[in-house]
Amino acid sequence: MNTHATTRIVGAPVPRKEGVDKLVGRACYVDDMEREGMWYGATVRSTIPRGLIRSIAFDRRIDWSEFTVVTAADIGGENIIQLIVADQPCLADGKVNHCEEPILLLAHPDRHKLREAIGGVKIEYDPLPPVFSIEESERQDQVVWGADNLLKSFLLEKGDVDSAWAGAAHIVEGEYRTGAQEHLYIENQGVIAEYSAEDGVTVWGSLQCPYYVFKALRGIFDLPEDKVRVVQTETGGAFGGKEDYPSVLACHAALLAKKSGHPVKMVYDRMEDLAATTKRHPARVRHRTALDKDGKLLAIEIHLDTDGGAYSTLSSTVLSRATLHSTGPYLCPNVRVRACSWATNHVPYGAFRGFGAPQAVFAMERHMDEIAAVTGMDPVDLRRKNFLHEGETNATEQLMREPIILDKLLDRALQECDYYSKRLQFARENTRNPVKRGMGIAAFYHGSGFTGSGEVYLNSLAGVDVTPEGKVRVLVSNTEFGQGTNTILTQIASEALGIEYSDVTMAAPDTDMVPNSGPTVASRTSMVVGRLIERACQQLISLLREQAGLGAKHTREEFLAACERYRAAHGELSSMCRYEAPPGIYWDDQKYRGEAYGAYAWAIYVAQVAVDTVTYSAEVEDFWAVQEVGRVLHPVLAAGQIEGGIAQGIGYALYEKVVLDGGRMTNNQMTNYIMPTAEDVPPIHVYFEQIPFRYGGFGAKGLGELPHDGPAPAILNAIRDATGVSFNSIPLLPEDLYAGLAASQPVEEPALP
Amino acid sequence: MNANGKARTDAHWPAIRFTVNGENRTVNVPPMKRLLDVLREDLHLTGTKEGCGEGECGSCSVRMNDELVNSCLVPVLQAANAEIQTVEGLALDGELNPLQEAFLQNGGAQCGICTPGMLMAAAQLLAHSPHPSEAEIREGLAGNLCRCTGFVRIFASVAAAVGAAESEPAKEPAMEQTHHAR
Repeated sequence: MNTHATTRIVGAPVPRKEGVDKLVGRACYVDDMEREGMWYGATVRSTIPRGLIRSIAFDRRIDWSEFTVVTAADIGGENIIQLIVADQPCLADGKVNHCEEPILLLAHPDRHKLREAIGGVKIEYDPLPPVFSIEESERQDQVVWGADNLLKSFLLEKGDVDSAWAGAAHIVEGEYRTGAQEHLYIENQGVIAEYSAEDGVTVWGSLQCPYYVFKALRGIFDLPEDKVRVVQTETGGAFGGKEDYPSVLACHAALLAKKSGHPVKMVYDRMEDLAATTKRHPARVRHRTALDKDGKLLAIEIHLDTDGGAYSTLSSTVLSRATLHSTGPYLCPNVRVRACSWATNHVPYGAFRGFGAPQAVFAMERHMDEIAAVTGMDPVDLRRKNFLHEGETNATEQLMREPIILDKLLDRALQECDYYSKRLQFARENTRNPVKRGMGIAAFYHGSGFTGSGEVYLNSLAGVDVTPEGKVRVLVSNTEFGQGTNTILTQIASEALGIEYSDVTMAAPDTDMVPNSGPTVASRTSMVVGRLIERACQQLISLLREQAGLGAKHTREEFLAACERYRAAHGELSSMCRYEAPPGIYWDDQKYRGEAYGAYAWAIYVAQVAVDTVTYSAEVEDFWAVQEVGRVLHPVLAAGQIEGGIAQGIGYALYEKVVLDGGRMTNNQMTNYIMPTAEDVPPIHVYFEQIPFRYGGFGAKGLGELPHDGPAPAILNAIRDATGVSFNSIPLLPEDLYAGLAASQPVEEPALP
Repeated sequence: MNANGKARTDAHWPAIRFTVNGENRTVNVPPMKRLLDVLREDLHLTGTKEGCGEGECGSCSVRMNDELVNSCLVPVLQAANAEIQTVEGLALDGELNPLQEAFLQNGGAQCGICTPGMLMAAAQLLAHSPHPSEAEIREGLAGNLCRCTGFVRIFASVAAAVGAAESEPAKEPAMEQTHHAR
């Protein structure tokens, strides 16, 4: 079927909007920028996980008059990074709560002088006992945050879980753990800041959310809106890592700029970036599940706990998404999820693609295969028997109003990977081959946009205007960091206006130029912001029809002529739209009940894995990803998102381990924090089924985070299929495989399909 | 760069000469200064990127005397009299070269930060192996990390650059429109 049938540009593989600049080396990342008279900044950080700062001394062999030194005492506004909860200081003042916590800032015109100077700042501490695990934190061995270490908790209840156990044919329990994960964007965090009494503070930086940084700067400097400006520079990967952390770095550079009287550049090197910035929350998820004799889910009880680190950052919202994804795309009449995020003395954890869902989905989908093993069911049949359907309700009792085609996705996946033949073949070959192969499945959904009433609170504003040169500009604060924002919003605007892709440009991502259309997170850009741009364009056409003589049907030239007529008569021409919730949306923040998300993307992923029982390496040999994400706006970009997310998910499962010792990351180098390379990534087969979503931009739902949810459980399920041994923690490194395979005789031979 | 097109110099240091993208360049900088910093700071060729500073990620890859090097690991002294090619030297008279064009058409670049290094690695591969197999493409790019693409579309881009006659065009994902009564 031709998906381009009704659109010219949406759905077509147009060239990436900023692609040429990136390919000729012209794209300007923050470290490529210089400002007149620019100095360089650096951070003096805590070397202990928790304690009181007793003294700060400066080595007399260094001429400190050359440096600008900033401490908490230099902060004019409130010493807090404004985000959700006001708990994280911009600079430690008297006490530290994690290793690498920023204490003092230095600036100098020669960046090579900074390293020695950092070593010349001698800080003495009175150490306090730290907390390094969920278990220590929940036991309250030490209270390191608030009254009880509890950063946030949620309770989600549906039906009557307690009454369900008695009538169950099977009760299956399991505990699953996921580790921290580093974003490993190839461009480290960086900003340049300037300050003047007249203009206030200006920050250019590698970041996802200009208005988050804007809010943080206003708080630190106590400045009005017109004295703060944030400009996103070309951003070399983000994945959530540049959602919250850039606010910290921007405040630091701006404090140095104000005190030194110079523009200040701060760009972390890799070791500092890995050691000091946020990572994915580690999680422990406990499942208890009741089933009837036919394998239908009767009750799901989940205790989901995350390590939030020393400050709350985004832990509450990450926990929310984890909670809402924890029961998977299944129908279950009785559900209870208790979710807690615990403070520890680790570097604060933060946003990372999937935002809690990968942790929750790993546990649920790994647990489904454990249920299959206990009940003797085929993992495919067990899932199929329990899939959600249109007209049913999920765990928050959200009525599924849109079509759900999980059965079709599953059929497609099984067919494309030749699932049953392969399982038979592998079961036959594995008995005589030291390399054991297996197939593993994950079924999952991912909610698009902010949770619950989040989009209503965001109240996003976005639109288009027409420049005197006759160019249409898209006005959004949503940023490009590789995922394709520039391209898809330009496609949407040019499609909706009936003009060419090349007629539309993106306004600079600069808070002086663009409205707050919300953060670039939560798989919301295509669906939510895309829809705002589509509506703004429809509104612009209506305006031109009413006031500039544009006909009922128009050519590109007629549209541009009408714009010119309007501009001649009225001056500026623009069209802005504010978010409106789809009708019938209900969400109860207290009971966690109602429409958790405006829409869901659905997927079935299958991994083929080979486990070498001599070397204990596990390799993903082949991967199939079948998904329904609404309308696909750009086939190449969409597939690129899926493939890239799967590669990160493979790393999450098998390679990427953040080694923590005494609260410090000890493998903070690319040499020993290992991500998949060109030789590790398997062939990835991507298939889209399309059901346009009526409230998304040209029918789109979110897809950016979805692909990170499924690979880890699919891979570990495949390893169970291959070896008969259950592994319930990730990352699963060769030493873990060795320990597991050596310790346990296979619990059973892999079941033949 | 100053008005007469010469790089900023520091008279204390002996001159080091090499060519970059076919142009003669002379720098007077500390001999142990990283080639990466000389390119970016002294010659203002900022297309070459730093990702890790320890030779792991390949973002700073340039071609030097027909070898692919991590410019973060090369003291500029080692580049004396060398022929160096950076990403800025790939385009031909302002037009994308076939490799760049293939990356543009096949989704080989997402955030773009690894792209200059990836292009240099691919150019090096094709210079020595004009018709690489998929295994050779994987091996040729194994020293360059990309966190966005999962490499799939980079492989496809390199294969496409080899030419439609010798390689399969990059596959678009399979798409189906599913119709539902409303």
